[in-house]
Amino acid sequence: MTPLYLGAGIAFLVTMAMALARAFLGPTVFDRILAVNMFGTKAVLLVALIAFFSGREDLLDIALLYSLLNFIGVVAALRLVERGHFFAATEREEDKEN
Amino acid sequence: MSLLLNTVLLVFLLVTAFAVMRVKVLLAMVMLFGLYSLLVSSLFVVLDAPDVAFTEAAVGTGISTVLMLATLAAIRHGHSAPIKPGKRALPLALSLAMGALLIFGIQDLPNFGEANSPAYREVAQHYIDKGQQETGVPNLVTAVLASYRGFDTLGEVTVVLTAGIGVLLLLGRREKVHLIARKSNE
Repeated sequence: MTPLYLGAGIAFLVTMAMALARAFLGPTVFDRILAVNMFGTKAVLLVALIAFFSGREDLLDIALLYSLLNFIGVVAALRLVERGHFFAATEREEDKEN
Repeated sequence: MSLLLNTVLLVFLLVTAFAVMRVKVLLAMVMLFGLYSLLVSSLFVVLDAPDVAFTEAAVGTGISTVLMLATLAAIRHGHSAPIKPGKRALPLALSLAMGALLIFGIQDLPNFGEANSPAYREVAQHYIDKGQQETGVPNLVTAVLASYRGFDTLGEVTVVLTAGIGVLLLLGRREKVHLIARKSNE
Protein backbone atom coordinates (compact mmCIF):
# COMPACT_ATOMS: atom_id res chain seq x y z
CA MET A 1 0.00 0.00 0.00
CA THR A 2 1.91 2.99 -1.24
CA PRO A 3 1.06 6.56 -0.22
CA LEU A 4 0.28 7.24 -3.87
CA TYR A 5 -2.69 4.84 -3.87
CA LEU A 6 -3.87 6.11 -0.50
CA GLY A 7 -3.70 9.73 -1.61
CA ALA A 8 -5.53 8.96 -4.86
CA GLY A 9 -8.18 6.99 -2.98
CA ILE A 10 -8.81 9.81 -0.51
CA ALA A 11 -8.95 12.34 -3.35
CA PHE A 12 -11.57 10.22 -5.15
CA LEU A 13 -13.64 9.84 -1.99
CA VAL A 14 -13.57 13.60 -1.34
CA THR A 15 -14.64 14.28 -4.95
CA MET A 16 -17.40 11.69 -4.59
CA ALA A 17 -18.61 13.43 -1.45
CA MET A 18 -18.76 16.76 -3.28
CA ALA A 19 -20.67 15.18 -6.19
CA LEU A 20 -23.08 13.61 -3.68
CA ALA A 21 -23.65 16.97 -2.01
CA ARG A 22 -24.50 18.52 -5.37
CA ALA A 23 -26.84 15.62 -6.18
CA PHE A 24 -28.71 16.15 -2.89
CA LEU A 25 -28.81 19.96 -2.91
CA GLY A 26 -28.99 20.59 -6.64
CA PRO A 27 -31.69 23.18 -7.22
CA THR A 28 -32.40 22.08 -10.79
CA VAL A 29 -32.74 18.62 -12.31
CA PHE A 30 -29.70 19.25 -14.50
CA ASP A 31 -27.48 19.79 -11.46
CA ARG A 32 -28.53 16.41 -10.16
CA ILE A 33 -28.03 14.62 -13.47
CA LEU A 34 -24.59 16.14 -13.86
CA ALA A 35 -23.71 15.23 -10.27
CA VAL A 36 -24.81 11.62 -10.80
CA ASN A 37 -22.79 11.46 -14.02
CA MET A 38 -19.73 12.81 -12.24
CA PHE A 39 -20.24 10.39 -9.36
CA GLY A 40 -20.32 7.56 -11.89
CA THR A 41 -17.03 8.72 -13.37
CA LYS A 42 -15.47 8.77 -9.91
CA ALA A 43 -16.81 5.26 -9.25
CA VAL A 44 -15.06 4.12 -12.45
CA LEU A 45 -11.81 5.68 -11.20
CA LEU A 46 -12.25 4.10 -7.77
CA VAL A 47 -12.78 0.64 -9.23
CA ALA A 48 -9.72 1.09 -11.46
CA LEU A 49 -7.70 2.13 -8.40
CA ILE A 50 -8.88 -0.94 -6.47
CA ALA A 51 -8.01 -3.12 -9.48
CA PHE A 52 -4.44 -1.81 -9.50
CA PHE A 53 -3.68 -1.83 -5.81
CA SER A 54 -5.15 -5.29 -5.26
CA GLY A 55 -3.46 -6.58 -8.43
CA ARG A 56 -6.71 -7.91 -9.88
CA GLU A 57 -6.82 -6.35 -13.27
CA ASP A 58 -9.97 -8.25 -14.27
CA LEU A 59 -11.82 -5.67 -12.18
CA LEU A 60 -11.10 -3.21 -14.98
CA ASP A 61 -13.95 -4.89 -16.91
CA ILE A 62 -16.31 -3.64 -14.22
CA ALA A 63 -14.91 -0.13 -14.57
CA LEU A 64 -15.66 -0.32 -18.30
CA LEU A 65 -19.20 -1.55 -17.61
CA TYR A 66 -19.76 1.32 -15.17
CA SER A 67 -18.74 3.92 -17.69
CA LEU A 68 -21.05 2.42 -20.35
CA LEU A 69 -24.00 2.28 -17.94
CA ASN A 70 -23.29 5.78 -16.73
CA PHE A 71 -23.53 7.04 -20.29
CA ILE A 72 -26.77 5.15 -21.01
CA GLY A 73 -28.40 6.31 -17.78
CA VAL A 74 -27.55 9.96 -18.34
CA VAL A 75 -28.71 9.89 -21.96
CA ALA A 76 -32.00 8.26 -20.90
CA ALA A 77 -32.55 10.86 -18.14
CA LEU A 78 -31.75 13.77 -20.43
CA ARG A 79 -34.08 12.46 -23.12
CA LEU A 80 -36.87 12.21 -20.59
CA VAL A 81 -36.24 15.75 -19.36
CA GLU A 82 -36.07 17.18 -22.85
CA ARG A 83 -39.08 15.47 -24.45
CA GLY A 84 -41.18 14.29 -21.53
CA HIS A 85 -41.61 10.92 -23.20
CA PHE A 86 -39.21 8.69 -25.01
CA PHE A 87 -40.45 5.31 -26.02
CA ALA A 88 -43.15 6.26 -28.49
CA ALA A 89 -41.49 9.58 -29.27
CA THR A 90 -40.14 8.92 -32.76
CA GLU A 91 -43.41 7.30 -33.79
CA ARG A 92 -45.47 10.34 -32.84
CA GLU A 93 -43.11 12.80 -34.46
CA GLU A 94 -43.34 10.91 -37.74
CA ASP A 95 -47.10 11.21 -37.48
CA LYS A 96 -46.94 14.94 -37.09
CA GLU A 97 -44.85 15.25 -40.22
CA ASN A 98 -47.29 13.15 -42.19
CA MET B 1 -7.39 1.25 2.74
CA SER B 2 -10.14 -1.35 2.44
CA LEU B 3 -11.55 -0.38 5.82
CA LEU B 4 -11.48 3.31 4.89
CA LEU B 5 -13.22 2.61 1.57
CA ASN B 6 -15.84 0.41 3.24
CA THR B 7 -16.60 2.97 5.92
CA VAL B 8 -16.84 5.96 3.58
CA LEU B 9 -18.90 4.07 0.99
CA LEU B 10 -21.29 2.83 3.68
CA VAL B 11 -21.70 6.39 5.00
CA PHE B 12 -22.41 7.58 1.44
CA LEU B 13 -24.93 4.74 1.10
CA LEU B 14 -26.75 5.74 4.27
CA VAL B 15 -26.85 9.42 3.32
CA THR B 16 -28.10 8.54 -0.17
CA ALA B 17 -30.83 6.29 1.23
CA PHE B 18 -32.12 9.16 3.40
CA ALA B 19 -31.83 11.59 0.51
CA VAL B 20 -33.94 9.27 -1.69
CA MET B 21 -36.66 9.39 0.96
CA ARG B 22 -36.51 13.16 1.41
CA VAL B 23 -36.45 14.24 -2.23
CA LYS B 24 -39.86 15.32 -3.58
CA VAL B 25 -39.12 15.42 -7.32
CA LEU B 26 -39.55 11.94 -8.76
CA LEU B 27 -36.92 12.38 -11.49
CA ALA B 28 -34.32 13.38 -8.90
CA MET B 29 -35.42 10.41 -6.82
CA VAL B 30 -34.74 8.05 -9.74
CA MET B 31 -31.31 9.59 -10.33
CA LEU B 32 -30.42 9.25 -6.64
CA PHE B 33 -31.64 5.67 -6.72
CA GLY B 34 -29.27 4.93 -9.59
CA LEU B 35 -26.51 6.54 -7.57
CA TYR B 36 -27.42 4.34 -4.59
CA SER B 37 -27.13 1.27 -6.79
CA LEU B 38 -23.75 2.43 -8.11
CA LEU B 39 -22.57 2.78 -4.50
CA VAL B 40 -23.76 -0.73 -3.65
CA SER B 41 -21.92 -2.20 -6.61
CA SER B 42 -18.75 -0.27 -5.70
CA LEU B 43 -19.06 -1.81 -2.24
CA PHE B 44 -19.30 -5.26 -3.84
CA VAL B 45 -16.07 -4.54 -5.73
CA VAL B 46 -14.36 -3.52 -2.47
CA LEU B 47 -15.71 -6.72 -0.87
CA ASP B 48 -14.04 -8.69 -3.69
CA ALA B 49 -17.23 -9.92 -5.37
CA PRO B 50 -16.82 -8.68 -8.95
CA ASP B 51 -19.51 -10.94 -10.44
CA VAL B 52 -22.15 -9.64 -8.00
CA ALA B 53 -20.94 -6.11 -8.72
CA PHE B 54 -21.39 -6.79 -12.43
CA THR B 55 -24.99 -7.91 -11.91
CA GLU B 56 -25.82 -5.07 -9.54
CA ALA B 57 -24.38 -2.47 -11.92
CA ALA B 58 -26.21 -3.88 -14.94
CA VAL B 59 -29.55 -4.42 -13.23
CA GLY B 60 -29.56 -1.69 -10.58
CA THR B 61 -27.78 1.18 -12.26
CA GLY B 62 -28.62 0.35 -15.85
CA ILE B 63 -31.95 -1.36 -16.40
CA SER B 64 -33.79 -0.21 -13.26
CA THR B 65 -32.91 3.44 -13.79
CA VAL B 66 -33.94 3.37 -17.44
CA LEU B 67 -37.15 1.48 -16.61
CA MET B 68 -38.08 3.89 -13.85
CA LEU B 69 -37.42 6.83 -16.17
CA ALA B 70 -39.62 5.12 -18.77
CA THR B 71 -42.34 4.72 -16.13
CA LEU B 72 -42.08 8.41 -15.28
CA ALA B 73 -42.41 9.18 -18.97
CA ALA B 74 -45.44 6.92 -19.24
CA ILE B 75 -47.35 8.38 -16.27
CA ARG B 76 -46.52 11.98 -17.31
CA HIS B 77 -48.13 13.84 -14.41
CA GLY B 78 -46.08 12.20 -11.70
CA HIS B 79 -43.42 14.83 -11.15
CA SER B 80 -44.14 15.28 -7.47
CA ALA B 81 -44.88 12.77 -4.76
CA PRO B 82 -47.66 14.00 -2.48
CA ILE B 83 -47.84 12.15 0.82
CA LYS B 84 -50.93 12.39 2.97
CA PRO B 85 -49.85 13.05 6.55
CA GLY B 86 -52.26 10.57 8.14
CA LYS B 87 -51.15 7.56 6.12
CA ARG B 88 -47.59 7.18 7.34
CA ALA B 89 -48.20 4.82 10.26
CA LEU B 90 -48.88 1.67 8.25
CA PRO B 91 -45.85 1.90 5.90
CA LEU B 92 -43.61 2.76 8.87
CA ALA B 93 -44.88 -0.24 10.84
CA LEU B 94 -44.42 -2.51 7.81
CA SER B 95 -40.86 -1.30 7.21
CA LEU B 96 -39.94 -1.69 10.87
CA ALA B 97 -41.42 -5.20 10.98
CA MET B 98 -39.53 -6.15 7.81
CA GLY B 99 -36.29 -4.73 9.22
CA ALA B 100 -36.78 -6.59 12.50
CA LEU B 101 -37.40 -9.81 10.55
CA LEU B 102 -34.19 -9.35 8.56
CA ILE B 103 -32.12 -8.63 11.69
CA PHE B 104 -33.68 -11.72 13.29
CA GLY B 105 -32.62 -13.70 10.23
CA ILE B 106 -29.02 -12.44 10.40
CA GLN B 107 -28.49 -14.17 13.75
CA ASP B 108 -28.58 -17.60 12.12
CA LEU B 109 -25.91 -16.73 9.57
CA PRO B 110 -22.31 -17.78 10.21
CA ASN B 111 -19.82 -14.99 10.91
CA PHE B 112 -18.10 -13.33 7.97
CA GLY B 113 -15.11 -15.42 6.90
CA GLU B 114 -15.70 -18.13 9.50
CA ALA B 115 -13.85 -21.31 8.50
CA ASN B 116 -16.53 -23.65 9.88
CA SER B 117 -19.46 -22.16 7.97
CA PRO B 118 -21.37 -24.63 5.74
CA ALA B 119 -20.13 -22.88 2.60
CA TYR B 120 -16.57 -23.97 3.38
CA ARG B 121 -17.26 -27.35 5.01
CA GLU B 122 -19.35 -29.11 2.39
CA VAL B 123 -18.52 -28.80 -1.29
CA ALA B 124 -16.09 -25.88 -1.51
CA GLN B 125 -12.98 -28.08 -1.29
CA HIS B 126 -14.31 -30.35 -4.02
CA TYR B 127 -14.96 -27.36 -6.29
CA ILE B 128 -11.46 -26.02 -5.68
CA ASP B 129 -9.75 -29.39 -6.22
CA LYS B 130 -11.77 -30.80 -9.12
CA GLY B 131 -13.59 -27.79 -10.55
CA GLN B 132 -11.22 -27.12 -13.38
CA GLN B 133 -10.93 -30.68 -14.62
CA GLU B 134 -14.63 -31.49 -14.21
CA THR B 135 -16.01 -28.42 -15.97
CA GLY B 136 -13.10 -27.07 -18.00
CA VAL B 137 -13.94 -23.49 -16.98
CA PRO B 138 -10.90 -21.46 -15.86
CA ASN B 139 -12.83 -19.15 -13.48
CA LEU B 140 -14.09 -21.01 -10.41
CA VAL B 141 -17.05 -18.71 -9.74
CA THR B 142 -18.23 -19.11 -13.32
CA ALA B 143 -17.74 -22.88 -13.07
CA VAL B 144 -19.98 -23.05 -9.99
CA LEU B 145 -22.66 -20.73 -11.43
CA ALA B 146 -22.81 -22.11 -14.96
CA SER B 147 -22.03 -25.77 -14.41
CA TYR B 148 -22.54 -27.04 -10.84
CA ARG B 149 -25.56 -24.79 -10.32
CA GLY B 150 -26.60 -24.83 -13.96
CA PHE B 151 -30.27 -25.61 -13.31
CA ASP B 152 -30.47 -22.84 -10.74
CA THR B 153 -29.03 -20.39 -13.25
CA LEU B 154 -31.43 -21.68 -15.92
CA GLY B 155 -34.32 -20.94 -13.55
CA GLU B 156 -32.99 -17.43 -12.94
CA VAL B 157 -32.69 -16.82 -16.68
CA THR B 158 -36.30 -17.95 -17.10
CA VAL B 159 -37.44 -15.51 -14.40
CA VAL B 160 -35.49 -12.64 -15.97
CA LEU B 161 -36.83 -13.48 -19.44
CA THR B 162 -40.42 -13.55 -18.16
CA ALA B 163 -39.94 -10.24 -16.38
CA GLY B 164 -38.44 -8.75 -19.54
CA ILE B 165 -41.36 -9.91 -21.68
CA GLY B 166 -43.81 -8.45 -19.14
CA VAL B 167 -42.05 -5.08 -19.12
CA LEU B 168 -41.85 -4.98 -22.91
CA LEU B 169 -45.56 -5.76 -23.18
CA LEU B 170 -46.41 -2.96 -20.73
CA LEU B 171 -44.13 -0.37 -22.31
CA GLY B 172 -44.66 -1.29 -25.94
CA ARG B 173 -48.44 -1.27 -25.74
CA ARG B 174 -49.09 2.35 -26.55
CA GLU B 175 -46.88 2.26 -29.60
CA LYS B 176 -48.66 -0.81 -30.91
CA VAL B 177 -52.13 0.66 -30.43
CA HIS B 178 -50.85 3.69 -32.29
CA LEU B 179 -49.64 1.58 -35.19
CA ILE B 180 -52.93 -0.31 -35.42
CA ALA B 181 -54.85 2.97 -35.40
CA ARG B 182 -52.71 4.31 -38.20
CA LYS B 183 -53.15 1.18 -40.28
CA SER B 184 -56.93 1.29 -39.91
CA ASN B 185 -56.91 4.94 -41.02
CA GLU B 186 -55.12 3.95 -44.18
